Amino acid sequence: MTFDIFVMQAFNGLSLFTVLVLMALGLAIVFGLMGVINMAHGELMAMGAYTTYATAQLFAKFMPSFMGIYFLVGIVFAFAVTFIFGFLLERGLIRFLYQRPLDTMLATWGLSLVLQQVFRHLFGPKEVGVPTVSWLQGAWQVSGDIQLPLSRIFIVGLTLAVSVAVYLLLFKTRWGLRIRAVTQNRAMSGAAGINTERVDAMSFALGCGLAGIAGSSFTMLASTGPVTGQQYIVDTFIVVVFGGVESLLGTFASAFLIGQMQSTLEYLLSGSMAKATILLLVIVALYFRPNGLFAAKVRR
Amino acid sequence: MANRIAEPPPPGAATPAPRASPIALLFKLGLPILAALLLIAIPSFLGDFRLGLAAKYLCLAFPAVAIVLIWGYGGILSLGQGIFFGLGGYMMAMFLKLEAAAQDNTGSALSQFYGSNLPDFMVWNSVEALPWWWLPFHHLWFTLGAIVIIPAVVAFALAYANFRKRVGGVYFSIITLALASIMAIVIIGQQGVTGGANGITDFKTFVGIDLDTESAKRGMYFTTVVLLLLSVLAGMFIIRSGFGKVLVAIRDREDRVRFSGYDPAMFKAFIFAVGAVISAIGGAMFTMQVGLASPSLVGIVPSIEMVIYAAVGGRLSLVGAVYGALIVGYAKTTFSENFAEHWFYFIGGLFILVTMFLPQGIAGLLDRFRASRDRN
Repeated sequence: MTFDIFVMQAFNGLSLFTVLVLMALGLAIVFGLMGVINMAHGELMAMGAYTTYATAQLFAKFMPSFMGIYFLVGIVFAFAVTFIFGFLLERGLIRFLYQRPLDTMLATWGLSLVLQQVFRHLFGPKEVGVPTVSWLQGAWQVSGDIQLPLSRIFIVGLTLAVSVAVYLLLFKTRWGLRIRAVTQNRAMSGAAGINTERVDAMSFALGCGLAGIAGSSFTMLASTGPVTGQQYIVDTFIVVVFGGVESLLGTFASAFLIGQMQSTLEYLLSGSMAKATILLLVIVALYFRPNGLFAAKVRR
Repeated sequence: MANRIAEPPPPGAATPAPRASPIALLFKLGLPILAALLLIAIPSFLGDFRLGLAAKYLCLAFPAVAIVLIWGYGGILSLGQGIFFGLGGYMMAMFLKLEAAAQDNTGSALSQFYGSNLPDFMVWNSVEALPWWWLPFHHLWFTLGAIVIIPAVVAFALAYANFRKRVGGVYFSIITLALASIMAIVIIGQQGVTGGANGITDFKTFVGIDLDTESAKRGMYFTTVVLLLLSVLAGMFIIRSGFGKVLVAIRDREDRVRFSGYDPAMFKAFIFAVGAVISAIGGAMFTMQVGLASPSLVGIVPSIEMVIYAAVGGRLSLVGAVYGALIVGYAKTTFSENFAEHWFYFIGGLFILVTMFLPQGIAGLLDRFRASRDRN
């Protein structure tokens, strides 16, 4: 393949990577740090996407002159809605199931089915799209044959910003210190005066909020339907497991690797077969490295 | 309670037989009651249409029984039981389709062109020759053997490889989930040789017996029931054997069993393979009776739905799993006939409520009820 196609292909892989990484970061916090399997994570992404869509509708109706900034507001709203939902979910459901991880999978799967139907009721069974804001239309003409759409560049920037923010939050703040302490040794953290239940609720809510941001950026790439979340849930789990469950850096690396491999293979095979091939490759890779690419040592 | 410990009955004294409560009887006679219900009550009271539906749910009870063995007693949550259900179903579908193609007179013009009779969907997808892996499915005995052996080998290899590396718990669940997703994707993607999203359908006969007659349908129903009861019986045998005891010990304290010199991977892989075979048999019977093998019974959504059948009935109750499949299946039909849009609320709510409040399912509820009565 020529250089131009290679660059475009790599950039397409980067766009997929951004959605995977935002989804997977949230999941890595919930699953990796807390050991909770949230099968409704995809639906939280869809919730973020629908919130962005609703924001666009509100702006178009009441404040058409501010349409230019709706997307930024939409991201904030998406984070806020999913964060609050995540908090309530943890308090209302997840915390009763901490001792039973397999049951958590089933309960959250049930929740995901309910949420899908709620989306269908509220927004209809058809996929909905959002308008691209004026300053993200068009593309950056790098050379004659290479065009990089501005909206995608924006998403890549957003992903990097969110990733850095998550890193700073976890490793440079008191709050992050508490989360890491509870992850490493729950009983000792409690003894040291950390309110572990509150830490659980807040980290779960944070993970859900990240899924909301993922949904927001997803609206720039594709339209949103009731089952959009379900289509990404397996990929996201595989990203987190492949990266090494306790490692955020691993999540980042594995999302990058899987995103790039998928877009490259899609060039050679059909889209769905590329996905199947990658899932299979990852399962084989997991056989040789059962703890993922970057295995962290954690006391349980 | 305290009395019983303080005053053990004198040796030799006949302990008064406890008054048999109806629920205790239900537990003791679970299998005979189920057999009577399925072999006598249902076929004599249901019309042909409803009997066909019951047969369909009963086919889905096979993977539910398998999940009770794997999850309830083995502690392994398989979210990919649809893989094995689908393997069995598709192998049976290949056999039936080849038989249908051989009798297809309208296709004979095409067959002269291609050299042999091809299944109709292959002709539509301009596949010109039968793929090599379709060829052995011309033979009945090969097909029947393959329905048992292939899922067993696949399941054992997959499970043993993972459990030997001590990949377990939720990781194994995610891997089975990914495999179910892969299988559905491949079936849909390779339309020419698998029938794609439409599946393989439009069968005519099974070794010359017309599948569309009432007597054939009754025969298939009873075959399904007998195979299902045998599966439950085999499961009971396994649970009560020494193997079952070790399996439960592994579920509860895997390390201690390992330190005692057992190889937990072997035990877990074996029960996983048994579950795969039971599911595959259910899949094969499903294909015969419903007349369809489709990727919609293979992917992640149906695979996880199979877990709820077992969870509703009770994850520790083999007999309960059958009732669970019947109840949820019946509810699904009722919902889709009357208010289809609420089905997701129902099934989603069921997942949440059962795991939150009824982790042992209906069997657990009855058990608790019995325990409280015995105490009084």
